[in-house]
Amino acid sequence: MRPLIRALFGTKLNAALSLLMLAAFAFTLPPLFRWLLSDAVWQAENRAACTAAGSGACWAFIRARFALFFYGQYPEPERWRADLGLLLLVAIGTGALFARRGRGWWLAALVTIVPVAGGILLAGGVLGLKPVPTPNWGGLLLNVVISFVAMAGAMPLGILLAFGRRSSYPIIRWISVAMIEFWRGVPLLTILFMGLVLLPLFLPQGVTVDNLVRALIVMTLFNAAYMAETIRGGLQGVPRGQAEAASALGLHPAQVQLLIVLPQALRLSIPGIVNIAVDLFKDTTLVSIVGLFDLMGVVNQSMKDPAWLGLAAEGYTFAAIVFFFACLVISLGGSLLERRFGVGQRR
Amino acid sequence: MNPRIKSWAWQGAAVIAVALLATWFSHNLSTNLAVRGMQVDFGFLASRAGFDIPFRLVEWDSSYPYGWALYVSGVNTLLASALIVVLASLLGLALALMRLSGNPLAAGTSRAIIELVRNTPQLVQIVFVYVAVLQVLPPMRQSITWFGSIFLNVRGLYLPSPSGTAYDWIITATVVIVIAAAILWRRLGLIAAPRLVVLPPILILGAVIAGFTASWDHPVLRGFNFVGGTRVPPELLALVLGLGIYTSVFIAEIIRAAIEGIHRGQSEAARSLGLTANQSMFLVVLPQALRILIPPLTSQYLNVIKSTTLGAAIAYPEVLQIFARTVLNQSGRAVEVMTLVLGVFLVVNLLTSAAMNAWNRRLTLQGR
Repeated sequence: MRPLIRALFGTKLNAALSLLMLAAFAFTLPPLFRWLLSDAVWQAENRAACTAAGSGACWAFIRARFALFFYGQYPEPERWRADLGLLLLVAIGTGALFARRGRGWWLAALVTIVPVAGGILLAGGVLGLKPVPTPNWGGLLLNVVISFVAMAGAMPLGILLAFGRRSSYPIIRWISVAMIEFWRGVPLLTILFMGLVLLPLFLPQGVTVDNLVRALIVMTLFNAAYMAETIRGGLQGVPRGQAEAASALGLHPAQVQLLIVLPQALRLSIPGIVNIAVDLFKDTTLVSIVGLFDLMGVVNQSMKDPAWLGLAAEGYTFAAIVFFFACLVISLGGSLLERRFGVGQRR
Repeated sequence: MNPRIKSWAWQGAAVIAVALLATWFSHNLSTNLAVRGMQVDFGFLASRAGFDIPFRLVEWDSSYPYGWALYVSGVNTLLASALIVVLASLLGLALALMRLSGNPLAAGTSRAIIELVRNTPQLVQIVFVYVAVLQVLPPMRQSITWFGSIFLNVRGLYLPSPSGTAYDWIITATVVIVIAAAILWRRLGLIAAPRLVVLPPILILGAVIAGFTASWDHPVLRGFNFVGGTRVPPELLALVLGLGIYTSVFIAEIIRAAIEGIHRGQSEAARSLGLTANQSMFLVVLPQALRILIPPLTSQYLNVIKSTTLGAAIAYPEVLQIFARTVLNQSGRAVEVMTLVLGVFLVVNLLTSAAMNAWNRRLTLQGR
């Protein structure tokens, strides 16, 4: 007890700070607790019943719309397909994280089996699965789909751009720099607008692109630029001696880069890549502004439902909590990966 | 293979690939536009806009041309960015100091706030503030009132506004003097104290003196509306609060990392030379921390300018909302409008990062 008291009230300044903090807690925490939990209503038919039952948050609204928040308008009898796809992603993702041997196979499965099987499961139309058009995809499902596709696409593109920027050929370097700086210099939302209004004009006449696909394309390119800079940092962190030793052993320059330098660079860039993944997952909410119904879009829409009109605080708090835990999971996976690869320990 | 031939072959292939892609895109574009009976033409910027911009700092009415709307909305974007940068820097500094204070209560609270804010999307925060906080405020007649002249209600924040020639002159003079002093600090050599300690109080002092000489126009409730003063619309408030808080946690982490990045030996050496704790902080640790601070801080500030586009989600009249939405919908000129919007952001970002890089290079060279 002694050290704690000294830490809290040791000096005059510290004591004042502690008292200030305690006063702030006393002011904010009890009402917050009452609203969130003790006065909250968990079961009600509609908003009026909620207000009658208690003065706190109306969590009955979230319960009533729970499936909508997770699947959007995805037809109810087909939801098992979304569940199965997610299960596949989680299973293979965990496998890739924890595998002791054959990690390469797990990763290969992650970038081949998951998108193919996931795409077939979600879109349907083959193997006797009922087709589900993308405007019906929604809720958190859409956030996960966009993050996964953008991440899987940005990785190889980013590696290519990072090598391009370090190339000794000036023209290739300039092209890579222009590409990277363009995407990094403009806001994501303008890029989403660009995908919405400009992309169709740049494609051959008669080719129509689905709204979701437009968002996926621009999100991938946008993230590839950030990925390129992170991986370039990793490439710079690999000691020169590694490449020199590999060359001295008689490896072809391409082999040197792909087999010796790149794996070490990727290991060094894990923290940066995890940051990109967290930012990407949070930024998938922006697609709600360009007319897709991700979790944010569905929350916006549900508040206009006459039965639950205007329950904004509950809806957005719920969205914030979901994103908080999702980001926590990504960060945890990232730090696990860092420990696995001993980032910052061995050189 | 001869390395020279190889180099030419690769670069030639890259040029051809890019050229092919560009021709394909421009061919598609021209066919698509021809089908719609349009062509790329920026002439529409001179035609009458015919829409209203609800919040603006510069002149505007519906008879102005489209081109002027870019300027009006650009000023709105810069205003929001400036306010967010100030709020985020101050809040970030406070959070970082709390985190470094050594007081477990303060450090824990700061840490909890940082983790909570940075793991939730900025869009959710902005919209939350707008819809769940500002739109449930009382109506005009039951405004929340502070000091009898500041009113907060569902229509926004009403503040008294200062005016007068003396006020304008003092404010201008203070800003000019502070900026000049900040640039020429070392050459002037007036006081042996860091400018970060001397200049902000001068700025505040100037503002206070100017405030005393000004004539204040107080908002007054007349009938159904407030007359006089300045109205800060809820859209701007939500954008500034939401993004300001979101950015502040990143700034707090940057400041903390910079201060912790200074080797302990530096402050220990300063203390053993007889400097007080404050002197060692302000003369030894902070100047060095500033050097580590600038590159990540720059990219945060650039992110703020880019993130103000999220104002489009709550209809704050910034560049994206006015141009890529209203003007695009009215004129249908997708290529021209998107080129302008992307160009504006690209130019602002590249210029800012070039300027900050130059400043950073100067700081790094000094004293090393």
